[in-house]
Amino acid sequence: MSETGGTAPGTTTSGDGTAGATGTGEALATAGRDAGGSSPPRRRRGTRSSRTAPWLFLAPALALFGAFLLVPILYAVWLSLRSQQRAGGGIVAQVDVVFVGVENYARAVTDPALYDSLGRMLLYGLMVVPTMLGLALVFALLLDLPRVRLRSATRIAIFLPYAVPGVIASLLWGFLYLPRVSPVRETFLAVGLPAPDFFTSTSVFFSVANIAVWGGVGFNMIILYTSLRSVPAELYDSARVDGCTEWQVATRIKLPLLAPALVMTGVFSMIATLQVFNEPQTLSPLTNVISSDWMPLQKIYTDAFVRNDIYTAAATSVLLALVTLVLSLLTLTFLQRRAFGDDA
Amino acid sequence: MRRSRTALSLVSGLVAASVLSGCSGSDDGASGGGDPDAPAQLDFWTWAPNIQGVVDIWNEQNPDQQVTVDSQAQGDEAITRLLTASQAGEAPCLMQAEYQALPVLVANGVASDLTDDVEDVRDAFPEGAWDLTSFGDQAYAMPQDVGPMMLYYREDLFEELGLEVPTTWEEFRATAQQVREADPERYLTTFSAGDPGWFAGLSQAAGADWWATDGEAWEVSITDDATTQVADYWGDLVTEDLVDDQPMYTPEWNAAMNDGTLLAWPSAVWGAGVLEGVAPDTAGSWRAVPMPQWGDGEQVTGFWGGSATAISEDCEDRAQALEFATWLNTAPEAVEALVSVSGIYPAATEGQTGPALEEPPSMLPNQPDFYEQAAQITETARGFTWGPNVNVTYQSYVDQFQSAVSDRTSFTAALEGMQETSVADLEQQGFEVAEGS
Repeated sequence: MSETGGTAPGTTTSGDGTAGATGTGEALATAGRDAGGSSPPRRRRGTRSSRTAPWLFLAPALALFGAFLLVPILYAVWLSLRSQQRAGGGIVAQVDVVFVGVENYARAVTDPALYDSLGRMLLYGLMVVPTMLGLALVFALLLDLPRVRLRSATRIAIFLPYAVPGVIASLLWGFLYLPRVSPVRETFLAVGLPAPDFFTSTSVFFSVANIAVWGGVGFNMIILYTSLRSVPAELYDSARVDGCTEWQVATRIKLPLLAPALVMTGVFSMIATLQVFNEPQTLSPLTNVISSDWMPLQKIYTDAFVRNDIYTAAATSVLLALVTLVLSLLTLTFLQRRAFGDDA
Repeated sequence: MRRSRTALSLVSGLVAASVLSGCSGSDDGASGGGDPDAPAQLDFWTWAPNIQGVVDIWNEQNPDQQVTVDSQAQGDEAITRLLTASQAGEAPCLMQAEYQALPVLVANGVASDLTDDVEDVRDAFPEGAWDLTSFGDQAYAMPQDVGPMMLYYREDLFEELGLEVPTTWEEFRATAQQVREADPERYLTTFSAGDPGWFAGLSQAAGADWWATDGEAWEVSITDDATTQVADYWGDLVTEDLVDDQPMYTPEWNAAMNDGTLLAWPSAVWGAGVLEGVAPDTAGSWRAVPMPQWGDGEQVTGFWGGSATAISEDCEDRAQALEFATWLNTAPEAVEALVSVSGIYPAATEGQTGPALEEPPSMLPNQPDFYEQAAQITETARGFTWGPNVNVTYQSYVDQFQSAVSDRTSFTAALEGMQETSVADLEQQGFEVAEGS
């Protein structure tokens, strides 16, 4: 799932970036206050700088956040409330962009194609998220076992597909899926089995999901594995002293401690599912079974860049973003309470 | 992948055309307004390969009117960029536009009316090419390259399987059947749900007119008799498994074209260049003939692809831009360079019969008179007026026919879907749509 990759690390980085900047700002501000407190004559100046200092340190992050996130979002919302209107019916006419209120939203939510694509996305998500997280968890737990050989080589091998850009990965898999250029078909025929068709209206879900799983397992495994490595070894030692088997260590100690990391990877994967685009869009020209509105983001892309109706596309984007936000918050609230106990 | 398909107007060979002396005289530019000899900096958005080499010739001769090439992606992205630039009031003076993309640019006020400006060079192009750039009686661009459709077939395999070259669609169907009977692994050709331009060309040849203007109102007739005939015909072929149903321009298709799984390809004059890229092992095995016909004794084909040079409404140096566009598409040295450097098949009539097109394309050395035949076929090509939302119609073709092919549903119903989507979009955009079409 290049999107897992694409979005997830992006989110992480920017999150960390902002958090980092905030943290630093606060730390320095506190330092400033402390300094002011310890030297009374300079108190006033210290107080003033303690007020401006955090903003100064925050400024770069805020500027970037505003310019590249907030402004585009507001612009998209603004676009979504407007539409082109022609004065006159001929090919040459005055074209004006006017305010139309929620008309674009009304059109977006009454378009059955949107619900079809949401349905396909749901099915796709149900296939991808459990498979990907399940595999990532199994690999992470296996790598964390004592006496594992070739630990780092294996880890890199599993992680490597994540480094392949989503479009490239989709092209590579596309070649494997097309019967005449694929070794798969010949292999099947050679052992006397009927060759699989990767592009029927049913199997295409597996074909697309497979690319996402292939690309996303490594990334999620690394997060889970890193989280496992930070568990103090004494816990395992005492468990083993108490007679736990490795299986019991895994299920009784590692899994509960992994819960926060699993919540995080789960939310990332869910967001990536809502944003799935590269794989189906790249495979689409290769087959008749992936339409231009197969997934919600493809529909938005087609509206904006093929039909040149950026206004409806903006409305659908805003709706999709809201759905993403609500789902993420719900998942976090619900799962975090379970993962971290009531104090979270 | 889809993006590059119509870009493949690759024709190799040289042309030394002797067309009108479009560039030498400065005939006051009265209609264009402004002084064509005044200094100017012109931006030219284009995707034609290596076109810089052609523009360099102009820049050398016209130090005061320099043209800057801005290489663009082709297809939908190019249109989106042009629309955006135009909204910002910064559209380039000169733009290359695919024929089916032009109406979107006109409808959004990007491309300007050139009717009076091109009066002098009208005769340099076949009338069919002007149909592709005109709405009503107004012309909005100067034709650059055209893609008259012709049928490519594997001469060697036809002989091996004892097949006759079909001259009518009825014979084409019989041939398709013979191929299936002779070898169940092979198909005569494929029906591609991914190529609306291909289907539009087939419909043009059958006499379709998808759009027409009735005063201010648009008539949309995608379900007209001619198109329905074409759709039904291919629908039957697909349903009866007489032709393949997979899209063109995929690695799968390339392999099938190269290994002889597919024996024929209804394509356009630039198809010879495409074959070189997708089926390099088959050089010398192909032959190009006129398209099969719907009626005996007829001789008509359609256009697939091709593009024109348009001038934007934003252009401040209109006269100079017009001078360049005229030079590019009609001056012998420019047309020759377009063919030899950029690899296009020129729209200008005399460009098509120049002595340098005597050499056939490298994939068809067995057909020395390839370009002679191509020029004759071009004479028989008919286009139709494009509507203001071809982008929507084309996307609808892909969506409708993809599902018709994979679900084995009616092709006629798919046409109706195209018609409905196109009309609904026109109405949503605020165009007047005539009833009863």
